[in-house]
Amino acid sequence: MLTRRIIPCLDVRNKIVTKGVKFQNNVDLGDPVEMAQRYSDEGCDELVFYDITASAEGRPIDIVMVEEVARAIRIPFSVGGGISTVEDMSRALLAGAEKVSVNSLAVKNPAIIAEGAKAFGSQCIVLGMDPVAVDDAAKCPCGYEITTRGFREHTGIDALEWAKKAVDLGIGEIVVNSVDADGTREGFEIELTRMIAENVPVPVVASGGAGTPGHLVEVFEQAHADAAIIAGMIHTGDYTIPQIKEDLVRAGVPVRKKW
Amino acid sequence: MVAIIDYKAGNLTSVRLAFEALGVDATITDNPEDILAAERVVFPGVGAAGAAMVTLQELGLTDTIRAAVASGKPFLGICLGTQIIFEHSQEDGGVDGIGLVPGDVRLFQPSSPYDKVPQMGWNSVSQLKVHPLMEGIADESEFYFVHSYYPMPSDRDWIVGETDYADVTFSSMVAKGNLAATQFHPEKSGRIGLRLLENFCRWEPSESEAD
Repeated sequence: MLTRRIIPCLDVRNKIVTKGVKFQNNVDLGDPVEMAQRYSDEGCDELVFYDITASAEGRPIDIVMVEEVARAIRIPFSVGGGISTVEDMSRALLAGAEKVSVNSLAVKNPAIIAEGAKAFGSQCIVLGMDPVAVDDAAKCPCGYEITTRGFREHTGIDALEWAKKAVDLGIGEIVVNSVDADGTREGFEIELTRMIAENVPVPVVASGGAGTPGHLVEVFEQAHADAAIIAGMIHTGDYTIPQIKEDLVRAGVPVRKKW
Repeated sequence: MVAIIDYKAGNLTSVRLAFEALGVDATITDNPEDILAAERVVFPGVGAAGAAMVTLQELGLTDTIRAAVASGKPFLGICLGTQIIFEHSQEDGGVDGIGLVPGDVRLFQPSSPYDKVPQMGWNSVSQLKVHPLMEGIADESEFYFVHSYYPMPSDRDWIVGETDYADVTFSSMVAKGNLAATQFHPEKSGRIGLRLLENFCRWEPSESEAD
């Protein structure tokens, strides 16, 4: 049976992994390559790296870091932040990333999805989206609006419409990062994740709000997420990946058991 | 030396880095002479079967691949490389493959909206028989998969490993003589995948003909 993926997220700033709440009050956690190695050894199924200052600083993603990570681990990882052209995608993939993630840039320029999918295949182009709950049914009928630039800008775009459009353009996977749940460690936004998962044919990765193994059980069982991103709950040492997997096994969620 | 066949079908970096991690000399090449001179050949690939077959023919590599397999040297297909050595694929409106493995390659058509296509992630491989490439790897170990189409040999003698997904049981590993091929990506499958590649680098196929 296909297992549910547990994906630690490493937000990287100036070559250091950092963690904040809603992109604020960031605390330094360690070296990205060492942390990738450790989580891989502990049995995570995949990793995701966001170069969180690349876009703001108007520079491409840190390729040296991508190369170092690719040498250190033998499991898939995706990278995002500072991916603004097909050339940026090409550099990151040739450096050893399995997938590249686009977010704000794809909202501004959706054609990048089709260009990337045509050049490298849908399976390596990931859409990151940051939806926030809104009341304005006229503007966003699904109840969630896409934000960009680290939640700072509201776009007026309906989250479900955007997910479907991205699939039509050739996206291979969607990371649904709930703005409201991000960094709270109070659980994933189940309703939002399930709505996207039920309505797109590609894998959906839940992100934002993971605080306990029970939250992962919920998002896999109730929202049908294919994978879940975790950050604070393991970065702080509150939980380890084997502990999380034990709880998932006990709850009957299929996970990778041998590594 | 291991030759990794380059036919512009996807990213070969992780294949190269996996051999580098094993300390094995591996070269990415589209040169038929280099491929035929290598001790071992890896035929990887990600992407669409139709475009890949066209490129292989343009590069003159379909005959090279047949010759490499006929020479008896260890040959490993991975993902799209595996699909292309079957007789036929449903992809791109129907494509004839190189035909080294009897059978065809079919599209996943899941009945559940929660079975996504492509299959992306770690799935277990049931070992139907003993094979040197699986030495030291426990039955039902998980490997990393990314694919929308799946191989189905017409002769079950070829099947080494099977995997369940989206209402079907497909052949995730096939082998005969000096030819082995996986639908999963050993180069992205952690220590277990690396063990398979290490086994491949030591494999002397004459010993495994007993299947």
